[in-house]
Amino acid sequence: MADRERRMTPPYGGVFVARTTVLDAAQVRRALTRISHEIIERNQGLEDVVLVALQTGGVEIAQLIARMMFEIDDVDVPIGTLDVALYRDDIGLRPVMPEAETDIQIDLGGKIVVLVDDVLFTGRTIRAALDALTDFGRPRAVQLAVVIDRGHRELPIRPDFVGKNLPTRRDEVVDVNLEGVLLGEMRK
Amino acid sequence: MSNHLIDLKDLDTEAMRELLHLTDRFVEVCQRPIPKVPALRGRTVALIFFEDSTRTRMSFDLAAKRLSADVLDFPTHTSSLSKGESLQDTVETIRAFGVDALVIRHGSGGLPGDIAEAVGETISVINAGDGLNAHPTQGLLDAYTLCQHFNGAAGTQASLSGLHVGIVGDIKHSRVARTDVAAYSSLGAKITVVAPEALVPDDVSEWPVAVSNDLDAVLPDLDVVGLLRIQKERITDDSLISIDDYIDRYGMTESRADKLRTEVVITHPGPVNRGIEIADAVLDKRPNVLVQQQVTNGVAVRMAVLFRLLGSGIEID
Repeated sequence: MADRERRMTPPYGGVFVARTTVLDAAQVRRALTRISHEIIERNQGLEDVVLVALQTGGVEIAQLIARMMFEIDDVDVPIGTLDVALYRDDIGLRPVMPEAETDIQIDLGGKIVVLVDDVLFTGRTIRAALDALTDFGRPRAVQLAVVIDRGHRELPIRPDFVGKNLPTRRDEVVDVNLEGVLLGEMRK
Repeated sequence: MSNHLIDLKDLDTEAMRELLHLTDRFVEVCQRPIPKVPALRGRTVALIFFEDSTRTRMSFDLAAKRLSADVLDFPTHTSSLSKGESLQDTVETIRAFGVDALVIRHGSGGLPGDIAEAVGETISVINAGDGLNAHPTQGLLDAYTLCQHFNGAAGTQASLSGLHVGIVGDIKHSRVARTDVAAYSSLGAKITVVAPEALVPDDVSEWPVAVSNDLDAVLPDLDVVGLLRIQKERITDDSLISIDDYIDRYGMTESRADKLRTEVVITHPGPVNRGIEIADAVLDKRPNVLVQQQVTNGVAVRMAVLFRLLGSGIEID
């Protein structure tokens, strides 16, 4: 889990304490390899495919998926990054800061955009991302790839590519990076 | 500390850096195909300008609109103020509409601060220039423009250290000079103010600056020449020098500009008195004259301030 998410998760100012290792580094890598194949298969190749990584947790995931897809299909898929802080529906309800870079150099009109994030939870980040994308053009399709789907959706949003479905309690915290996936909680 | 922005002197370096780094984000937003985000949907920003202003007012207006806030423009000339309503009652009335922020410019120094104190935490007050006191968003946009020019962006550790900035003109009557000094010094720049003796502020010894009356002596050492707008009457009445003398000693004439290293940067808060503070040819043709960039960055800086105060859920401290 990125620094920012950590700071924005109650209790504010707490530290993440891991309880269980859900996936180790090798398992994360295998899951992303499978997702890479699935993206290529679903779209019958990588023509017009663009990865848009959600800041901040999705960035290193998207970079690895892009490298894996290059190894599989020899296509260099463009990557953009998107910080959805300014599109969130909880502005004013909790601290929100657009601290990370949005960098989308290409017109998304007509492209197949694969949003990449580490964890899918309530779906509100993805809702904000879908709004943000419309300011960069009209993609032909938008798909969603996540390492962990932890449930508790509050909106009608579902992922297209999932590393692992992980049943969680609402107050638990899932920490994802390339070294592994940990399940735990924030403690003061 | 506060949900208001009254004077950059109220901000420590960290708080200023945070606003400048936030500005990086809004510079990017302003470059998008659709340069607008829904961040402040449903918020209302009232613009209350008791002094004439074109660019600052338009800049705040556009900044609020690019954040999807609604803008309430208060016509001070035709309002009930001219019918004798007190300023306090007017502010209360505007508050009763349910606005979230008051952007105030007034000829009397300290007035936005007084209003901020009166309204407390309920709404945000942003000083858009008060008398000879302060103009915080101008200071932020000038500092941002220099950070962007010299470092590409503000980043998390915005700094102007290593730069020697000259501020030239009517320092005594300039809130921009006071505010720029606060911004630049907070970020570590070395500052020299340059003016005729009569236009040097009485309390200048308390400022973190060197003082000179001789632009040509200072110029070879400067990395940035910050020109101020002058008011012709003030120059001639207070400093007892003619406009021609002023141009001769302090104007950025072609011959003076020719002696500058190319990489030396020239700024001006606008509107420019062409041919007085700066010659036409210098303004239009010389590289590294950042006047237009200052205007462009002004919108992003004001977006950052509005978002920080109204949207982030975090107080400036």
